[in-house]
Order: sequence, then structure tokens, then C-alpha cells
Amino acid sequence: MNFDDTPEEAKFRAEVREWISANAPHDLDEDLKKSGLAGLRLPGRDIMAESKAWQKKKADAGWAVPHWPKEYGGRGATPIERVIWQQEEGLYNQLAQPFAIGQGMCGPTVMAYASEDLKRKYLPKLASGEEIWCQLFSEPAGGSDVAALRTRAEKADGSDEWVINGQKIWTSGAQYSDYGILLTRTDPNVPKHAGLTMFIVDMKAPGVEVRPIHQMNGGRGFNEVFFENVRIHDSHRLGAVNDGWNVALTTLMNERMSIGSRLATGFPEIFGFVADFQLPDGPAIDNAAVRAKLADWAVKSSGLRYTAFRAISSLSKGERPGPENSIGKLVAGVMTQDIAKYAMELQAEAGVLTSQEDAPAAALFQNMVLNSPGMRIAGGTDEILRNIIAERVLGLPGDVRVDKNVPFNQAPGR
Amino acid sequence: MNFDFSDEQKQLRDSARRFLEKQSSVAVVRRVLEGDEGYDRELWQGLAEMGFTGAAIPEEFGGAGLGYLELCVIAEELGRAVAPVPFSSTVYLAAEFLLAAGNDAQKKNYLPKIAAGEVIGTFAYAETAGEVTAERIKATVSGGKLSGTKIPVADGAIADFAVVAAQGGSGLGLYLVDLTGPGVTRTVVDTIDPSRKHARIVFDGAPVEQLGAGNAEAVIEAVYDRAAVLTAFEQVGGSDRALEMARDYALERIAFGRQIGSFQAIKHILADMYVSATLARSNCYWGAYALSTGSAELPEAAASCRVSATRAFQHCSTNNIQVHGGMGFTWQFDCHLYYKRSNLLALNLGSLSVWENRLIARMRARNSARDAA
Amino acid sequence: MNFDDTPEEAAFRQEARAWIAANAPKHLKEELELSGFGGLYLKSEDPMQAGKAWQKKKAEAGWACLHWPKEYGGRGATPIERVIWGQEEGVYAKLSGLFTIGHGMCGPTVMAWGSEEAKRERLPTLASGEEIWCQLFSEPAAGSDLAGLRTRAEQATDGSGDWIINGQKIWTSGAQHSQWGLLLTRTDPNVPKHKGLTMFFLDMRSPGVEVRPIRQMNDQRTFNEVFFENVRIPDSQRLGPVGAGWNVSLTTLMNERLSIGSGMPTGFPDLLDFAIATGDVDNPAVRAKLADWSVKASGLKFTAFRALSALSKGETPGPENSIGKLVAGAMMQDIAKYAMDLQGEAGILTNAADAEARGKFQAMALRSPATRIEGGSDEILRNIIAERVLNLPADVRVDKDVPFNAIPTSGRK
Ligand SMILES: Cc1cc2nc3c(=O)[nH]c(=O)nc-3n(C[C@H](O)[C@H](O)[C@H](O)COP(=O)(O)OP(=O)(O)OC[C@H]3O[C@@H](n4cnc5c(N)ncnc54)[C@H](O)[C@@H]3O)c2cc1C
Ligand SMILES: Cc1cc2nc3c(=O)[nH]c(=O)nc-3n(C[C@H](O)[C@H](O)[C@H](O)COP(=O)(O)OP(=O)(O)OC[C@H]3O[C@@H](n4cnc5c(N)ncnc54)[C@H](O)[C@@H]3O)c2cc1C
Ligand SMILES: Cc1cc2nc3c(=O)[nH]c(=O)nc-3n(C[C@H](O)[C@H](O)[C@H](O)COP(=O)(O)OP(=O)(O)OC[C@H]3O[C@@H](n4cnc5c(N)ncnc54)[C@H](O)[C@@H]3O)c2cc1C
Repeated sequence: MNFDDTPEEAKFRAEVREWISANAPHDLDEDLKKSGLAGLRLPGRDIMAESKAWQKKKADAGWAVPHWPKEYGGRGATPIERVIWQQEEGLYNQLAQPFAIGQGMCGPTVMAYASEDLKRKYLPKLASGEEIWCQLFSEPAGGSDVAALRTRAEKADGSDEWVINGQKIWTSGAQYSDYGILLTRTDPNVPKHAGLTMFIVDMKAPGVEVRPIHQMNGGRGFNEVFFENVRIHDSHRLGAVNDGWNVALTTLMNERMSIGSRLATGFPEIFGFVADFQLPDGPAIDNAAVRAKLADWAVKSSGLRYTAFRAISSLSKGERPGPENSIGKLVAGVMTQDIAKYAMELQAEAGVLTSQEDAPAAALFQNMVLNSPGMRIAGGTDEILRNIIAERVLGLPGDVRVDKNVPFNQAPGR
Repeated sequence: MNFDFSDEQKQLRDSARRFLEKQSSVAVVRRVLEGDEGYDRELWQGLAEMGFTGAAIPEEFGGAGLGYLELCVIAEELGRAVAPVPFSSTVYLAAEFLLAAGNDAQKKNYLPKIAAGEVIGTFAYAETAGEVTAERIKATVSGGKLSGTKIPVADGAIADFAVVAAQGGSGLGLYLVDLTGPGVTRTVVDTIDPSRKHARIVFDGAPVEQLGAGNAEAVIEAVYDRAAVLTAFEQVGGSDRALEMARDYALERIAFGRQIGSFQAIKHILADMYVSATLARSNCYWGAYALSTGSAELPEAAASCRVSATRAFQHCSTNNIQVHGGMGFTWQFDCHLYYKRSNLLALNLGSLSVWENRLIARMRARNSARDAA
Repeated sequence: MNFDDTPEEAAFRQEARAWIAANAPKHLKEELELSGFGGLYLKSEDPMQAGKAWQKKKAEAGWACLHWPKEYGGRGATPIERVIWGQEEGVYAKLSGLFTIGHGMCGPTVMAWGSEEAKRERLPTLASGEEIWCQLFSEPAAGSDLAGLRTRAEQATDGSGDWIINGQKIWTSGAQHSQWGLLLTRTDPNVPKHKGLTMFFLDMRSPGVEVRPIRQMNDQRTFNEVFFENVRIPDSQRLGPVGAGWNVSLTTLMNERLSIGSGMPTGFPDLLDFAIATGDVDNPAVRAKLADWSVKASGLKFTAFRALSALSKGETPGPENSIGKLVAGAMMQDIAKYAMDLQGEAGILTNAADAEARGKFQAMALRSPATRIEGGSDEILRNIIAERVLNLPADVRVDKDVPFNAIPTSGRK
């Protein structure tokens, strides 16, 4: 048992390290270090421009999405090489955030279901960051229950085009996206999972309207997206008509494979904070009550780290990682929230301050408190994740369902 | 990266599991739980014959010379089987003290017998309630004779010898004592898990032999770290078994016309058990790595797996009862064997709070050292 | 708003206090203080005898089941007077553990549904502790899902009107000491499950009743299996109409909710005393834990006080009392574990002679899992709060409106 690279892995790592040290935007180091869980903060700079610049540089050298095939903008790296790349990219990986959904979820779906022409057309630019993609799944009435979505796609008479009407919500990055993958209902007369179809949609097409949503943390990262008679050519359909649920599972399945990108838990942040922060009788870290809390988070955080290492080891042996990775977001989400609250509590009355200048630790924890509720919801709520573990990992029965094998338009709650 | 047990180690796990399923069945555990016999002799002998008691003892001292990863694998299986044997006291503690502090003669005297299953050893440390500290130890050695009282001593009534922490001429020292010799009175005490017996030992002028000359506190800390990793593997084995029992029962038991496992209240309990068991297992792998490689990370890794596994085993064993309803509270069902063992293991080697404090102190020290460098 | 007694309440309290001071078995006080959490640790006297003696003494002076009407063995006290009594009786109430189920659940059910004759015959001896009662509800395949029970009651074909009982109960606390039992049976398996039940009370000494104690994980034997083989019960011992057993049983279960007053034990006062005695209370980590439990304990106490105030005004306490056991059960378990943690390696000791606090917390650790199961598991209590207090919809049900004999089940072997 060891954490060592194989000789090939070590060689690859050396190559990556060398390229990064020669090319990374080191002038951003300080700001990137301070960003993290507070969200990307690059004072005086255009975040999108910095992100696109770094992505382009990586693409030119073949490092953009290393595990994608060469012809689609990658370098054909193995899964373990992908992990090594992420470990080495480290801090700078924060700059790839605008591309994460496109490269992590949309790209693989396009890769699996689109025609060769479309793959060559779209994927390289998605890889290089020239074009940004979003994921249009959730709807007001279909979040956890995404298969309940209602956005309609109907074949236009006598043409090869589909006409889209309806509304999506919570679409991250829609406001700056060029394309999206769009899950629609093509047949409401069959049970809900059986009447869905997936498309590529041009976000600049006539009839697409994006309205940013004001989030509780003040940001506007996600959006409502309205579709009014938006036309999509049939060539932009992904998978068979009414097979959209399977196509969507490809997307979700890919989420689980992104292991290397270490989940933020907030532990290093609070550990750093309490080491310096002074309580009346000395540094907070020397207080027994603080230590009891820290210890609990410390072992969760190391537990997640070593769970990821176990998965990486499977990848390294060419095996599929086991189900243990499904615990990550569930543990990290709650933990981030608790840690942020506790750090504020230690700050006592000053804990209410939120500006970077006034608040302790440059308001890191105040930002975390406001961001973390979203983590426990986005991409599968805590409750859905527990259901997934119980059903798919432990083999427990599914919930008793009132919406199974019932035509969509007759299921309760419409 | 190869952060996993090897195929050979996995085979060892399978054979240990098969062996323990036969030799440490629940019937065997219950025999010890309810009887006066301090352990199951046949099982103990069997473990020695399999080479388990000497797994990490070097070949020159009669051991199998396998290594600590193998011992971790065995520990997990012992925990899973809630095995009623003096393995932890003899192998994780007595043998480790000898390896850490013993002179050649002492090692030659005891280690081969441990490997052969011929002797049982233990460590006699606590005297009063609360965290054990050097100042709280009142047992004293003078003129080569030990006097004082130790309680609770794991397997104290059946052990042939003990490593005893006592005040000597120059502060706290470690001493080897023949428990079958003069000046030793031992009585079995009642504990939360009667399948692992403990004793009160009163020493009244018992002859001793010094074990190592250096700083006893440092040796104890080092041995406790090693034992903590191994015990954490037992706790993870127990957690997994408790989770399996709960899962199986949730699939089998029907209420309101449904499997109770179809209720989210139960599903989410089980999902949370899986989460805590998985975190503990991953931390344990870290501990195993550090233990087997002699890594400088061992103190931190040991405290991490100890805290994580203590929590996981308590969490899983408690909820296993809850999922079983009234059946879980009976003597007849096996849930309580795991509940009791989880409470015992949480305190053998010192409590969770003590280890939590230790973990953060160590992380802090590492950080300061790094900053200084 | 205040916690003060009204003048009448104060007078009553005075009277109760004086009587207790003059009559309570003070020689048992110390042992009683150490008891609890699954046991009466009386060494100087047989607990059963001591319990019966104290109950008898109270009965003779009119202090047994004091909120019951006089003619049934009580003193017609108001609900608030009952609570005051409970507060004053204090530690001696631990002697009444044997009678809790009878007084708290069976008695009120007989009172609500029994004939006048049955009430006059049965209730006074129940109040005075001469006879002990048990509650025969749960079965192997029917715990949380109580209405899934299968013990059959069939009318005898000999024209006597008697009922013939066959089947099995389980988890019956105190059955081995009981003279009488409150028995829920199935009289019609062809109707939906809640509709085919009928309640009886029966003489536990009837032929065909067999009680087998069950050994618990804490090595006590307080609950039992009870088998019925052709046991005869006269129709006069039926409580409520045939087929109305579910409604009758709800009376019993509702009454559980009313047994407030002293509140559920949480273990918090015990832990606080312990931490003060050991000096652990000065450790900030210990304080953080204590503070958390302290506010839970006071939250429960004052929730109970709010219910008392409702009682005092003649209102029925609301469902907020169902939080009591849910909070107290888990808390007791956590407190026990933490107290053991503070004891370090010695925390594993259980014998009163060796263990800290005479092994109280170890006993708690071994008893508390049951609190989270008995009389409504944590999960069922959460469902109740969600459904009955917060008005959320019930679980999707597969067993509603289906004839009982068509519902999927799995009996235990
Ligand atoms: C920051 C952020 C970014 C997002 N980005 C995107 C995006 O880019 N694209 C996109 O398509 N979507 C996106 N989402 C949407 C996200 O996937 C949904 O919010 C999520 O799936 C939950 O759906 P909902 O909000 O409709 O909540 P609901 O599904 O209505 O859930 C409400 C509550 O009910 C619970 N619940 C629901 N069903 C069950 C069940 N069966 N069992 C138990 N509990 C249940 C949930 O756990 C939750 O607590 C984003 C969300 C957030 C917060
Ligand atoms: C790898 C993976 C990761 C997922 N991660 C998330 C997530 O993070 N957040 C989230 O909200 N949902 C996730 N899902 C989907 C989730 O499992 C539920 O299917 C989803 O919440 C919708 O439930 P439903 O009732 O519509 O579908 P269901 O009725 O559960 O399923 C409908 C059909 O899809 C198949 N199916 C559904 N889920 C899976 C699965 N996990 N693996 C294999 N087959 C499946 C079923 O076998 C069934 O035939 C994931 C699915 C997969 C495959
Ligand atoms: C110490 C003790 C004393 C007792 N004394 C008596 C007595 O005197 N008389 C008497 O009649 N009974 C008595 N009982 C029985 C007690 O009422 C039952 O044990 C209890 O109702 C649970 O039923 P069960 O044991 O069959 O568990 P089950 O009902 O089988 O429950 C098993 C698990 O499934 C869960 N579960 C079940 N249904 C649901 C649901 N719908 N949603 C979510 N989770 C669910 C439960 O919460 C539990 O975790 C006693 C029990 C104990 C432990």
C-alpha cells in the first residue's frame, strides 16, 4: 500500500508540473489562494477573461481537457493521468470554473450521442474555452424529480426541425453560455421517463430568453431560461426520440467520475483560521471545545481525501471506482455549512460583518455561510443522495411510487 | 497510486473471514459472554496456528514476519466477528511494548510464545477514572517490587504476564511482571462487554523486570498509536457488520405492508451509517499505510482513524438496534454484541475526547513545524 | 405569566408535602436516588414488596391515582393537583414503576370503556397496587404497525357469549407479575386492518395463558412473550364495541401523552452533577456539550410546564408533548456515552462497587436503546409530529382499504 506514482505516472506528473510552472498565470497566485470557498475573487481583473486566457493556453499545448480524444480537443489521457493533471493544476483549476459544466457534463453527453460532424464542430471549442455550455435540465416543477419536466419539443410540420416551448430554471452560467444541452418532453402520453428527448440548443437562437436569478448570497450565477418557439434542427437531437432519460443518465454518471477535483469542505480554511485567531485565553486552537469540533471535521475531511485516493487507486489499476465516492458531496455540503457557522460563532459579534475589509478572515466564512446551502441542493440534494446510497449502493427498495407506469399527463401533481 | 490492500492481503482477509465464521461464530462469542472462561481457548489456539498472533512479529522472534498491513487485515476480521480472544491486549499491546522497548533477552523470552499462542500478555495502565496521565499513576516499583492497583486491565485475569506502567526511581517506567507469580491478586470486574473480560489487579510486592530505560511516556504514546490503528480496523469491521445486519433486517422485516427498508426514515439511517463507515475505512487505510511504512504521519493518522472509527462503530451499532426495533433490544438477537463491543473499544486505549484533543494537538504541531521550516 | 401556585394549589402542595414527610419510606431514599434507567437498585428490600407497600400506604390515605374518582380508588384530584403530587413525591415515585402501565394506560382505558361494574371491581385494586396490569398490544409481526396484529378472538359456539383467544403477544412489560392484562385482538380478518380489532381485559391467571420472559440486552427480563391457547374471556370483559378496538386502543395511547408532569428522564441532571463532582465542568469542551443538553432538558421541562398550564386551565395539552420521548431518548443515549467517555478507560466498568457514579451511566447506555423503540419508535414519533402536528401528508400506503388477510406480511419464524 502506498501513494506512489507508477513510473509512467511519475513521468507524466513531471511533464505536467514542468509545463504548469512554465506557463501558469503566477501573477494570480495570491488572489487564487484567498478565493477558494468564498468564490473566485480577482480584484481589479476580469475573471472571465483570465479564465478564457488560461484555458486557451492549456488548449494550445494540449492540456485543455486531457482525457478527451485528440480529435475533439483533448490529448487522450488515461483516467489516472486526468487525476494527476488536476492535482498538479491545483490553484489554477479555479479558473476553469466557467467551463466545468460544459466539459464535465455536456461534453461527454455530446461525445456519446452526437454525430461525428457535430462532435468535431462543438467539442474542440468547448475544450478550449472559446465556447461555453450550460445544462438545461431542472424546471420549476422538475428538480429532484427531473423526469417530471414539461418543456415541450414538437416536430414542426413537414420539416426537420423541432419547436421548443417552456421554461428551465437554476441554469448555471446560462447568461454567458453559447450552447446548452436541453432535456425536453416529446411524449406526454407515456410514463414520465419514457417520453423525454435530449437536444443541443444554441443559446443565441431566437426565442431563447435568459433571466438571471438573484441568489440569497447576492450573486446571480443561475438563471431562468424561457423558450418560445425556439427551433432546433433534428441533427441536434442527442440519442433517439423518447430516449432522453438514458441520455441524461450518461450526463449524471459522468459527475461521479470526476473524482480528482477535490471537494471543498472548509476544513483547511477553519484550521488555518483557529491557529491564529485569539480567544481571551490564547489561540482558539488551544481551546478544548474548539478542538473537539475540529477533530470531528478533521477526520471527515481526511476520510474524504482517502476515499478519493482509494478511487484513484482503482483508476490507476484500470478498474472502475466503487460506490464509496457517492458520499462526497453529502459529507462536504453539510460540513461546509457547519464550519462556516462555527467560525462565525468564534468571531462572536464581529461574525456578522461581511465586507472583506471588516470581517475576520476577509469574510471567507460569511461567504461560505451564504454559498453552502446551494451546495446541499445543486446536482442532487442531500435527501436524493441518501436515497441513491440506500438504493443503488445498499440495495434497499425504492420509495413506494405514485408516478410509475402512469402516463405523464395523468400522474398526480400536474 | 496504489492505496489499497494487495491481492495476497485480500486473500488473507478471505481466509481469516472463513476461519472466523467457523471458529468465532456467534455461539462462541456468546459462550464467553455468558461464561466464566475469560476467552475462547480453541479460537485463540487456532489464531496462533493460522500465524495471526505472530503476523507482525519478526521471524527471528518466531513470528510469521508478514507485516502490519496483514495485521490490519486480521484486525478488521476480528472486529467483524467480535472475536472473544485476548488478541488486542497480547498482540497490539504486550508484543508491541516488547518490540518497542524490550531487550533481546526479553524479546526472545516472550515473542516466540506470543506467536505460538502459548502466552497471553497485557498492558496494565489505568488506575482511576478519567484520562490516564503520568501523574495519576500511583503504582510504584521500589527495590524491584511493584505495589499498587490497576483497573481495568484487559484480559488481566487470564494473562500470563503484563507490561505495567509504574513510578520507579526516575519517574514513570515500564515493567514486566509475571502475573502468575507472587504478590499478584486479580479479580474479574464487570464491564460493558463481558465477551472481553477485564480485571482489577492488586500488586503487593510483585517482582518485576524493567522494560526499556528511556522515556516511558513516549513509548506508551508510540505503542498506543500503533494499537489505535489496529483497534480502528476492528471498529471498522464491526461497523460494516452492524450495517449489513441492519440492511438485511430492513429488507426482511415488513410493516405497514412494506419492507421497512422502503421507508426513507430507515433508508436515510442506513445511508448515514454507510457514510460514517466509509469515512472510517478510508481513514483506517491511511493509518495502515502509516503504520506499515513507519511514516512520520503515524501519530496524526492514528488519531484520525481512531476518532473516525470510534464514531463510526458507535453510530452503526446504535442504529443497528434502532432498525431492529424491539428485537434489537433482546439478548437473543446479535445487535447487542456489537453495541457492547463498540462501547468497549471506544474506551480501551482512552476515550474519544482524549484522542480528539490529541489529533488537533498533533496537526497543530505539524503545521507549526512546517511553518518554521 | 408565572410559575407560581394559585392559593389552592399552594395549599394542596403543603398537604402533600406534609403527608410525604410523615409517611415516605425515607430509609430507601438514598438507594432510590441512585436507581433509574432500567432498574430499581434496592438492596435492603425486595423492590416488588417495597413498591407494593408504598402504593398501599398511599392508597389508604387517598394518594394513589389521585386524579381518579374516589369511587375507583382515587381522590378526584384535578390534573394540576396530580402534577403537584408528582413533583412532591419525587424520588419515591420510582417505587411505582411496576404500576406505571396499569395506572397510566390500562386504568384510563377501563375507565373510558368499561361497564360500571367492571370499573368498581377492577380499578380500586389497580390503584392500590394490589393488582398489577400489563398491556398486551405488540406482536411479533405488529409493533410500529400495531394494527397489523393477528391474535384472534372468536366468539364461542356454545352460546355462552365468551370469546376464545388464540395467538401470541410479545414485548409485554411486567406480564410475569401481572394479574390482569389489556388485550387487543383481531375479531374480523376480512375487513381493512384497523376495522377488525376488539379490546378486552383478561385475567392473566386464566387457563391457556403462558408467559415466557424475554432476556434483554441489558440482561434484565422485564418484558415477555405471552401465548394464548384457547383462552376464554367472558363478553363482559370486552371494552367497547366489537370491531372498535382501534378506537379503544387510541384512548390508551393518548393517555400515554398525558402522563406528563415529571417529564421524561434525560440524564442531564445526572451528568451535570457528575461533571461538577469530577471537575470536568471546567473543561470548555465539556461545557459546550453540557450547554447543548442543558437547553434541551430545560426546553423539555418548560414544554411540559406549558402543558401543565393548559391542564391547569382545564384545556387538553396539545401534541407538542410528543417531542418528549423523541428528544429524551436519544439524549439519554448520548449522555450515557459521554459520561463514560469522561471516565476514560474505567468507563467500561459496570459494577456499582467499581464504576464511577455507581455504574449509573453504564446502565443508562444499556437501557437507553429501548427508550427509542418502546411505545413508538423515534421514526414513528417523527412521522407523528410531521403528520399530526405539521399536517404533512401520510406515507403512501399499500395497506389501506385492503382486507387484512390480503396485506403483504412476513411473520417472524
Ligand atoms: C447553485 C445551483 C446551481 C444549479 N445549477 C443547475 C444547472 O446548471 N442546471 C440544472 O439543470 N439545474 C441546476 N440546479 C438545479 C438543481 O439540480 C435542483 O435545484 C435540484 O435538483 C433540486 O431541485 P429543486 O430545487 O426543484 O428542489 P425540489 O426537488 O423541489 O426539492 C425540495 C426539497 O424536497 C426534497 N425532495 C425532493 N424529492 C424527494 C424525494 N424523493 N425524497 C426525499 N426528499 C425529496 C429535496 O431534497 C429538497 O429538500 C442548480 C441548483 C443550485 C442550487
Ligand atoms: C451515476 C448516477 C448519478 C446520479 N447522480 C444524481 C445526482 O447527483 N442528483 C440527482 O438528483 N440525481 C442523480 N441521479 C439520478 C437519480 O438516481 C434518480 O434517478 C433521479 O433523482 C430521478 O429519479 P426518478 O424517480 O425520476 O428515477 P427512477 O425511477 O429512480 O429511475 C428511472 C429509471 O432510471 C434508472 N436509474 C435511475 N437512477 C439510476 C442510477 N443511479 N443508476 C442506474 N440506473 C438508474 C432506473 O433503473 C430506472 O429504470 C444519478 C443517476 C446516476 C445513474
Ligand atoms: C423495553 C420495551 C418495553 C415494551 N413494552 C411493551 C408493552 O408493555 N406492551 C406492548 O404491547 N408493547 C411493548 N413494547 C413494544 C413496542 O411498542 C414495540 O417494540 C414498538 O412499537 C416497535 O415495534 P417493533 O419492535 O415490532 O419494531 P418494528 O415496528 O418492526 O420497527 C423496526 C424499525 O422500523 C421502523 N419503522 C417501522 N415502521 C416505520 C414507518 N412507517 N416509517 C419509518 N420507520 C418505520 C421503526 O422505527 C424501527 O426502527 C415494548 C418495547 C420495548 C423495547
